[in-house]
Amino acid sequence: MGSKVVVDDIEVEVDPKQNLVQAAEKAGVEIPHYCWHHDLSVVASCRMCLVETGTKKDDGSVVMNPRLVPACQTPCSPGTIVKTQSDKVKQAQQQTLEYLLLNHPLDCSICDQAGECYLQDYTYKYGKSESRLDEPKVQRMDKYHIGEQIALFTDRCVMCTRCVRFTREISGTAELQVINRGSVEEIDVFPGQPCDNKLAGNVVDLCPVGALCSKDFLYKKRVWWLKSADSVCSGCSTGCSIHIDQNENKVYRVRPRENELAQGSFMCDDGRFGWKYIHSESRLISPRMGRVNATGSSENGKAKDATKIGNGKVIPTGEGQPIFIDPWPDFLIQVRGAINEAAKHHAKKFLAVLSPFMTCEEAYLLCSYLRSVDKHVTFALGPVPVVGSDDHYPKRPNGQAVEGEAIKFTIRAEKCPNKRGVEAVLGHYDDQVRSFDWALAQIDQGHFEAAYVVGGYPEAWLDSSAVSRLSKLKLLIVQDILSSSLTDIADYVLPGSAFAEREGTVVNHSGLAQVQRLAIRPPAEAWSDGRILMNLASRTGLFNAQVVRAEMATRIAKFRGLGNGEVGEQGVQVL
Amino acid sequence: MSESTNESNTNTQSNGSSNTPEKSSKKSVRWVGAPKLGIMDALYLPAIAAGVGTTIRRIFEKNETREYPEVEPDIPPNYRGVHRLNRDSKGRVKCVACFLCQTACPANCITIHAAPAPKDDPNWADRDKFPASFEIDELRCIYCGMCEQACPVDAIELTSIYDLTGLTREEMIYDKEKLLEVFDQTSQTGKDPVRTKSGVLGPASEILVDQSKPAKS
Repeated sequence: MGSKVVVDDIEVEVDPKQNLVQAAEKAGVEIPHYCWHHDLSVVASCRMCLVETGTKKDDGSVVMNPRLVPACQTPCSPGTIVKTQSDKVKQAQQQTLEYLLLNHPLDCSICDQAGECYLQDYTYKYGKSESRLDEPKVQRMDKYHIGEQIALFTDRCVMCTRCVRFTREISGTAELQVINRGSVEEIDVFPGQPCDNKLAGNVVDLCPVGALCSKDFLYKKRVWWLKSADSVCSGCSTGCSIHIDQNENKVYRVRPRENELAQGSFMCDDGRFGWKYIHSESRLISPRMGRVNATGSSENGKAKDATKIGNGKVIPTGEGQPIFIDPWPDFLIQVRGAINEAAKHHAKKFLAVLSPFMTCEEAYLLCSYLRSVDKHVTFALGPVPVVGSDDHYPKRPNGQAVEGEAIKFTIRAEKCPNKRGVEAVLGHYDDQVRSFDWALAQIDQGHFEAAYVVGGYPEAWLDSSAVSRLSKLKLLIVQDILSSSLTDIADYVLPGSAFAEREGTVVNHSGLAQVQRLAIRPPAEAWSDGRILMNLASRTGLFNAQVVRAEMATRIAKFRGLGNGEVGEQGVQVL
Repeated sequence: MSESTNESNTNTQSNGSSNTPEKSSKKSVRWVGAPKLGIMDALYLPAIAAGVGTTIRRIFEKNETREYPEVEPDIPPNYRGVHRLNRDSKGRVKCVACFLCQTACPANCITIHAAPAPKDDPNWADRDKFPASFEIDELRCIYCGMCEQACPVDAIELTSIYDLTGLTREEMIYDKEKLLEVFDQTSQTGKDPVRTKSGVLGPASEILVDQSKPAKS
């Protein structure tokens, strides 16, 4: 049962538990606010959302209250009339902003928030162009000790206390607090107890102004140059919806994207700062043929960079202008030949290891391709990284997490994005999903002679014993992103893409299918995994995740929910 | 006769360039050609006499020829020549690395890398951000002056240095040191651009340096 509220002559029906800011949002009217955030408690301290309210009497007359009320603290009782454009409201907004800017240093030119700052935006929309302050502004020391990843520029703060409430209500760790009172109040931490919890990075996003800044992103890029792509974090199986902000093919930061179906409004610091491997020095950047021995040189003269053999080489022409020829077409012919040869020789001895970092589309393309080569090819799921146990928030004062309904955020122990999705694909092709340990045991017994292994893990993912067991295989094809001892022993190395460089579906712990969208191109001669597999399978056309997704939905019963491949921003519940 | 002269004239002219009947029939189009030469004009003698007259008159007038490059011209202070990066009162680079010039630049010739200011150095204690590198490709620059207009701290300015030469393209990419040198050179010789007066910069530029002191004028 909703209640009808009139905002600036627009009538909307809203939940009576919601406040006037939300009602106005529904009516398409902006009520400026700093301290209110829908996931935090209401304090109504910033006074930016003051509006005029009134009620409609039974006889049709409207009675307005003489006093302005904070919209964030006023529930939508039926028949409320809200005015956001009256002179009284405009004057209140101007005065509030003038107060907030009294001691603000106006150092927008060096502030990282400039361009996405609510103080800038609201001052532009609702404020005055000049200050009446004659006294020198109060200057305060910047605090770089707030946290390992957080710096506080004290004099930019508007004391909305969103960050304080976040650490008290969402992370439960309560490191941040307000010290002093009146015009000298500041955000701070207890001495020697910095704000270093796993969710600390969120206070930077919550800060509506440039007071709390991420040290990692500090002065790296002005925000108006960043282009963002909607994606999904691949740090753990929670599958937080994220924005990947990039400029000129380089990722600068990752921010949470609000998604009630996935994780809510926040994300953890492991995901927020854990994407650095995509720009790692040890990324594989060109296809390679032949194994590399311990010294890094070729074994029996066999190892060759694909860029130096056959067609894929840089040919110096007489004109002095070298021509670059794509190494991939020839390379893929060789890989395809090797797979066909191995399958023809003994298909039951061909193993494919699928990584839980693959997207569903990639897993489907690989499985359908290998099964089309021979239906006896065996599939196994690569190692699933699990670290500790699920980490729930908020924490109680004793450090223990809350349970059940009270849980507001969870960092999963399963550190991969798509175990359930790949399992669903494997479950379609086989009755059971075979583990990597089972596959290794079979290799030891000599049941396999050839393998196609897919990696994509953010770090070296196999220990030396597993690598030495895999090295017994006669044919080893590795599709991975980082150079490791595994890629050194591979006969064919296909350089693939990290999560920011590809498009595809991942299924999180609860069975929510979301789409990772392309933010940047893979480095140098690496290709996106979907493109590699499309070409390897000799499918016509370019890789288009949506088309493959639609095809997958018709073939695999568990993915029927994907329909025509449209997944949307929030994702679709499939499993 | 006199009534038809104009029309026959225009017809003759238009026939020379095109024969389309539509054009000659359109009264709204008036075709203009060179006037017909009379007998005096065809002789050229009056024109020669007028030319000699001009030459003789110029001999007695003030000489306008400039002896460039021996005598350099006096360039107006609002000329848009080579950039300079200004120094603040402590001799540090005034630029705060806000990237507004790079954003405003229509030729994409400015490349800045920002870094946190070296806070350990007491000289830099009051600064948060500074340009670790600042490069302007003077060959790409179109000298429009947008960078100067965008700058919130009056750190970048176009000077009246116009004779920019170099032997390589790399040489024409001016880095921070080179741009500061241009400042030293122009402020010492009193060739400051119009926006500043002998090294004292505008009020906006002083805000970040010292907020307690009123800006010098």
